[in-house]
Amino acid sequence: MINEENRLVDSAKSQYKQNGSKSKILQALETEDIKAYFDDALENQLVLNMGPQHPATHGVLRLLVSLDGETVIKSVPDVGFLHRGYEKLAENMTYHEFIPHTDRLDYLSPLANNVAYAMAVEKLIKVEAPLRAQYIRTICCELARLASHLVWMGSMAMDVGALTVFLWGFREREKILDILDILTGVRFTTSYTRVGGVSLDISNEAITAIKKFLNEFEPNLKDCRDLIERNRIFINRCENVGYISREDAIAIGLTGPNLRASGVKRDLRRDEPYLVYSKLDFEVPVHTEGDTLARYYVRIKEMYESKKIIMQCLDKLPQGSIDASNTKQVLPKKEKVYTKMEELINDFMIVNFGNLPEKGAETYFAIEAAKGELGFYIISSGTGYPFRLKIRSPSFCNIQALPIMMKGCLISDIVAIMGGLDPVMGECDK
Amino acid sequence: MAEILDIVKSKLSSPKLPEGLKYSKISDYHCLELPAQNLVEIAETLKSEVDFDQLIDVVGVDRFTKNNRFEVIYNLWSNKQKARIFLRVSLDSKKPEIESLCSVWPSANWLEREAYDMFGITFLNHPDLRRIYMMDEFQYYPLRKDYPLMGIPGAVELPKK
Repeated sequence: MINEENRLVDSAKSQYKQNGSKSKILQALETEDIKAYFDDALENQLVLNMGPQHPATHGVLRLLVSLDGETVIKSVPDVGFLHRGYEKLAENMTYHEFIPHTDRLDYLSPLANNVAYAMAVEKLIKVEAPLRAQYIRTICCELARLASHLVWMGSMAMDVGALTVFLWGFREREKILDILDILTGVRFTTSYTRVGGVSLDISNEAITAIKKFLNEFEPNLKDCRDLIERNRIFINRCENVGYISREDAIAIGLTGPNLRASGVKRDLRRDEPYLVYSKLDFEVPVHTEGDTLARYYVRIKEMYESKKIIMQCLDKLPQGSIDASNTKQVLPKKEKVYTKMEELINDFMIVNFGNLPEKGAETYFAIEAAKGELGFYIISSGTGYPFRLKIRSPSFCNIQALPIMMKGCLISDIVAIMGGLDPVMGECDK
Repeated sequence: MAEILDIVKSKLSSPKLPEGLKYSKISDYHCLELPAQNLVEIAETLKSEVDFDQLIDVVGVDRFTKNNRFEVIYNLWSNKQKARIFLRVSLDSKKPEIESLCSVWPSANWLEREAYDMFGITFLNHPDLRRIYMMDEFQYYPLRKDYPLMGIPGAVELPKK
């Protein structure tokens, strides 16, 4: 029995140590300047392992933190616990088959991922969705942004100790999920877009539900804000915590609200307008403080802008088709497949062989998702399967900034910083 | 979008302009195809003189051809010009090596680690070239075209009973 235990301990040790030395991630944590720092009389270096199974990491993010007392000296994030190999999977399925997989990237805003992917494929095969579909997609993107930011607001407030906001934020998000149920037929993993359009037209019931939700949204959001914005504990835990300068934020590749909280006005909705954003009136909120509180305010203000955008889209929503008319590349409607020969053939070809872009065609398309720039780089081989599909996921690059934000902070601030950064591991790990 | 190419061309048209620099397009974006040995030099010029201050993405590609099998595509963004440009570098089939861009854009760190993890492209002078998604003891490069979709049996060692 004892021998058995010893053997287990030995195998654990050998996994921990490689080639007689420490594992690679520990080596990454111990750089020369750290060693110099710890060369003091106390010698109180402590390596703390946070996650991957830690509730505050919002998924499966692992952090190795090197501590001096309670102060963080250096941290090394370790990702990949949710790696499902989507880029490899994408090379082995048609363009349509990959749409459900995009739901699982940023699972808090699946609609935005659907839209980004469908538009990247459309750019590749040179199809454009009709205007009505573009308006519906814009509404979808902004609903997804609202849902994502509401979850972020709740979970971040919970990270710093305010549980009520979590419940109230989720209550609001639940209403969005109910709208998605009416709009797309599914509450969570929507798979709503198709190449060339969307799967279902927006019904009057959905429009009424969205309007009802938006009318109630601002007072409800105000209730949440009242709980935390003048709360001394919340302010103290967020202000000047997780600071990242404008230069660092640009250099480390932050995008989205995290970058805008450091004073860079970068929003692809304005800089590279897609869908119908160029026709809409909205502001891009920017803060210059670069701390967690600034990131909080940027996201809160974005929610009001999203509301404005959806209202405008509902007002301007044109009549017309929701699918592009290019029948060889766009899935025909089911009733036509069952009654018309031509559509049946096209449906069979698209389902079995996929969309056929030009051989060697390459494209990149990015949208401003809730977390930042979500882009798809697609290389075609001329067959129905993509030759290479690269997902530029915003969370991946945002998590890279964690060590900069955490340097010198206290151990209890780690949770607040992670909450303020809003990473989603499904997207980071692909 | 036409102007950004003119600016880039004017800044790069010094006497030491490398041979083999080609201009092409990736859908509606401009792309510079350049030899691997000039990469850092051109990246520094683009950053300091044309204000391409963000490296957004690094795309590794396995073309699965006999020569120049691997390719790295850099996706640059300029916050001042509000423009995007791509750099494309072809790499050797047997020994895919390229200079790291971490010294120019720190965001290259994880992006290059991902390309290393998935394709086995070695980035020289990279500060921390470890695998990022797969475990350290994994022997293969999963996004290479000769790696099967279903994986290789025994590639991941499970804990012994």
